Amino acid sequence: MTTLSKDLAASRQFISANDAVSYGVRLCRPEVIAAYPITPQTTVVEKLSEFVANQEMDCQYVNVESEHSAMAACLGAALMGCRTFTASSSQGLLYMCEMLHYVSGSRLPIVMMNANRTVAAPWNIYGDHRDSIAMRDAGWLQLYVESAQEALDTVIQAYKVAENHQVMTPVMVCLDGFVLTHTYEVVKVPSQAEVDRFLPPYAPTENRLDLAAPKSCCISVSPEWQTEYRYKQHAAMQAAKKIIGDVDAAFGAQFGRRYGGLLEEYRCEDAEYVLLMMGTIAGTARLVVDKLREGGVKAGLVKIRSFRPFPREEIVRLAQGVKGIGIVDRDISFGYEGALGTEVKGAVQGAAPAINFIAGLSGRDVTKDNIEAMYRKVIDLARGQAEEEIQFVGLRWEQW
Amino acid sequence: MAVAEMIKSIAQAPEKEYYLPGHRTCAGCGPALAYRLIAKAAGKNTIFIGPTGCMYVANTSYACGPWAVPWTHAQITNGGAVGSGIEAAFKMMIKKGKIQDEFPNIIVMAGDGGAIDIGLQAASAMMYRGHDVLFVMYDNESYANTGIQTSPATPYGATTMFTPAGPEIPEAKKFFPKDPMALFCGGGHPEVKYGATASVSYPIDLMNKVRKGLAYEGPAFLHVQCPCPKGWTFPADRTVELGKLAVEVGMWFLYELENGVKKFSYTPKKLKPVEEYLQTQGRFSHLQPEHIAKLQAWVNAKAQNLGLEVPLPPVR
Repeated sequence: MTTLSKDLAASRQFISANDAVSYGVRLCRPEVIAAYPITPQTTVVEKLSEFVANQEMDCQYVNVESEHSAMAACLGAALMGCRTFTASSSQGLLYMCEMLHYVSGSRLPIVMMNANRTVAAPWNIYGDHRDSIAMRDAGWLQLYVESAQEALDTVIQAYKVAENHQVMTPVMVCLDGFVLTHTYEVVKVPSQAEVDRFLPPYAPTENRLDLAAPKSCCISVSPEWQTEYRYKQHAAMQAAKKIIGDVDAAFGAQFGRRYGGLLEEYRCEDAEYVLLMMGTIAGTARLVVDKLREGGVKAGLVKIRSFRPFPREEIVRLAQGVKGIGIVDRDISFGYEGALGTEVKGAVQGAAPAINFIAGLSGRDVTKDNIEAMYRKVIDLARGQAEEEIQFVGLRWEQW
Repeated sequence: MAVAEMIKSIAQAPEKEYYLPGHRTCAGCGPALAYRLIAKAAGKNTIFIGPTGCMYVANTSYACGPWAVPWTHAQITNGGAVGSGIEAAFKMMIKKGKIQDEFPNIIVMAGDGGAIDIGLQAASAMMYRGHDVLFVMYDNESYANTGIQTSPATPYGATTMFTPAGPEIPEAKKFFPKDPMALFCGGGHPEVKYGATASVSYPIDLMNKVRKGLAYEGPAFLHVQCPCPKGWTFPADRTVELGKLAVEVGMWFLYELENGVKKFSYTPKKLKPVEEYLQTQGRFSHLQPEHIAKLQAWVNAKAQNLGLEVPLPPVR
């Protein structure tokens, strides 16, 4: 392995979460990056092109003409046994959709970042989860993060999980657009040597293009075998549940920071009323939990980090003894409910009464007052008061 | 640029095959013949990228493929992009010393749809960026693997499943085809130094053009006419004959564009009337004299545009 001309030393830097992702990617030494710009992802790949231009990364950077080709170029490079990276958002992610399925079905451990942004129409560049949720069944692991530090650390963890030979499945690291991607915080950037110790070079399997051992890749599979391929994809995703936890624990042991693996619980030990959510809303919700606890309400929150694979068993366990559940979705599956709501309610199977809150769509702020109101509604429901099962938070024509 | 070793006769062509029998293309398949010749000319140190098309669908089934060199499927949209990624990866691996291999021949084998219709964007971007890839458009003049639908390479006047002849449109296909050589090699893609047309009916010429394209560092383009018995409606034993006739009437021209200089590879002494070609194929059987005249005028204009200085048939 060649060494970088300018290997990073450990440092503390005041940077945006997008920059934190770029540092995380740089530290993982991808060999090919292919990217196309879209707001609010752009600064991630801009920073990476700067690293490459400055010889701070030894990497082929391909400025492709579309997101579809970005993922296609990563697929080609991954087939050669290279570590790859790309990033996208919203319309770009939708344009990439076909390739997301193709990469996961071909079992290539590509890591990408998604800057969560809503999907037009109506046109809007701000954050919600409707883009990545629409890719739920594309066969990618989806990890949602809350802070710039978690973003950097999760990128490193993502490669370790994806490239595990039991997994060999791509990972999407999801950051809330603008509210996370473009906000600044002090981030601990680990040294290159430390990351090298945690993440060795990618060791591909035989599933690759090799001149010395010619084979056909990304083949067609007949009905007689396709089910077995799907079963193995599913099994790999299930195996990833434990590996996500193991990798997070190993990361914690080495770097002193860990995020709970599949999900993070906050004050859930004796909680009676629990809100579940993904991404940055958890940061605000923690303050609300503290306030409610001060007032004697046994509130807790669960930040779901891994949407795929979904932590069903953990959520079932958490629901034991809980009096009421609220699920906060930054998306809506029109005609039913929020996707996270469906998953959580399907897991707990009525163990506790639940409300699905649809909040923070297209960058709408989710305030402490909004979150407190959600807890109050869950408490009211648990006490037998009638509540709508699906509620859009802060509708202009409703009292919130 | 490396010097390409030219093949002087069929007897001198390499015996070793890298596209092997046992695949399930139709009898008389022109694209399969093209694959065989291209793989033979390129040799062992080759990686093929096959965007969706006949040469993907008819060649692959689970645990069975005809290639003796590495091959991967790409989407019909993105042969150029997957090729770019493979090329970038190889460069990086060589730079890092991860592999000791010589830089391979990277060849995209795209059908006409995968090259100049749905695949145009990625093909253009690959050539614009200057990736060291040979992009081959094997042209059987329709979307054949879905059952013969019109593509931008389908000739004027041909019936396809999407362009049946009827009272509303008596000539069937109304539009004249795109010109891929002008698109890719006409100066719009400055990194492309070598482009050529070829035909399965001129195998030595085809194989040498493959070698020349591969010898250039950077992108090269090859437009190969591959007669298709099913799509064009002719007997399966006439594939090579029809490819030759196409050149005799000017429905196909054999030339190279090398560093901006055009050179004909073969020119007939005079062009035969296009009608002689049309009569051989069921897809043109509905054409009326006025349609044939329109096609002849197009052929003549194309010959003149290309600078072919041979007698042309009259437009009646």
